[in-house]
Amino acid sequence: MSGKSELIISKIRNGVVIDHIPAGRALLVLRLLGISGREGFRVALVMNVESRKLGTKDIVKIEGRELTKDELNLIALVAPTATVNMVRDYEVTSKFKVTMPNVVEGLLKCKNPKCITNQQREPVKSRFRLVSREPLKLVCDYCGTIHELSDIERSLGLV
Amino acid sequence: MVGSLVWNRDVISVLDFSKEDFEVLFSEALSMERYAKSKLDILGDKVLALAFFEPSTRTRLSFETAMLRLGGRVIGFSGAEATSMAKGENLADTIRMLDAYANAIVIRHSLEGAAKFAAEVAESPVINAGDGSQNHPTQAMLDLYTIWREFKVIDGLSIGILGDLRYARVVNSLVQALSYYRVRLHLISPELLRPRQELVEFMNSRGIRYDWTNDPYNVISDLDVLYVVRIQKERFPDPMEYERIKGAYKVNLKLIEGGKPNLIILHPLPRIDEIDFAVDNTPQARYFKQAGFGVPLRMALLRLVLGGGS
Repeated sequence: MSGKSELIISKIRNGVVIDHIPAGRALLVLRLLGISGREGFRVALVMNVESRKLGTKDIVKIEGRELTKDELNLIALVAPTATVNMVRDYEVTSKFKVTMPNVVEGLLKCKNPKCITNQQREPVKSRFRLVSREPLKLVCDYCGTIHELSDIERSLGLV
Repeated sequence: MVGSLVWNRDVISVLDFSKEDFEVLFSEALSMERYAKSKLDILGDKVLALAFFEPSTRTRLSFETAMLRLGGRVIGFSGAEATSMAKGENLADTIRMLDAYANAIVIRHSLEGAAKFAAEVAESPVINAGDGSQNHPTQAMLDLYTIWREFKVIDGLSIGILGDLRYARVVNSLVQALSYYRVRLHLISPELLRPRQELVEFMNSRGIRYDWTNDPYNVISDLDVLYVVRIQKERFPDPMEYERIKGAYKVNLKLIEGGKPNLIILHPLPRIDEIDFAVDNTPQARYFKQAGFGVPLRMALLRLVLGGGS
């Protein structure tokens, strides 16, 4: 993390630090994790700070919320370069690079209005399969519609 | 006849099957041809549910005929308005009920992915008889069977697909099924009805040799098979767009004169105006024969899915 951002945000006691998010994607990361800010726990967000690896990057710190590795790997959809630090008692207990999940269930909305998963009254969750990491491509498991990064951003309500 | 082979599985997409599966199906269908107008009493203890939420003539009646010829029984409905869906019942509940009554369910629905979802809900095998503009696997099996019956092989043929490549589910399933064979594909359509990104990416990923043209006269002399589909009026998001494009292509005597002597013309039917009636009497026309194969092909499919003595 750059010295400048450390001036802005203090260390967290228990939680997770998501670093090396491509600049401008921090809000998408929070949306993917289902964090709106209304849940009550402390969230710090730094955008467009200097990074040796990426030029500029975003950082997100979340205090007081347990996140599983599976939940965190969803971040890879919009931030494939992200690294995650799990923190307990101010110490980093584990650190990993996110990896793209092969299946994303129940999180994204299919853009095809005629897809069965868009029917309100059917007990069906959306399900997407990863077909390409670069460029990002997911395919709806039910209707076969291809979704690219811009579709995913739209699905998360950030475009 | 193929011994006691039983698939006992859903039929949602042709991609769930292998080339070997098709060979088994074709050989079974060939042996069923002689029973297509008589009876082979092997599914006497079975009930087939036909859940047609969308209109159908050939697919529904050929499934029904096939089941009756195999000695089985049929329940079902045609059009959601005659069912509790009209009262607000959802698809999942309707399928659960049919699952309790029948040994297999044939479903046609306007929503894409409906058959796959039904298969997840039902324990009995589910056969997709068309979902939205996505899949129509049993039609593609029938199309391939007709080509195989006509030419004895599929590998090496040059196949033109003319018409609505964007919304016709039969095109999607046919191209997927043909990906198991070494064929040359010529896609022919008005610009507005070019195949969707999904189909183009599929063809590229499978290394299918294909080209596209908007004029059938450019490729007619190269074709062994000309497969024609109507413009799918009911799937156009904008009716004005349909009005602009209707009648954009027509197969007539002049076109087929430029074809090879052994060219065959197929069509999944219904036909609107894309094949001139004068073509019906030519030796090239095979679409009614193709529709006729629907019964033995679906007899074979039902037998493989439902079992039944050898």
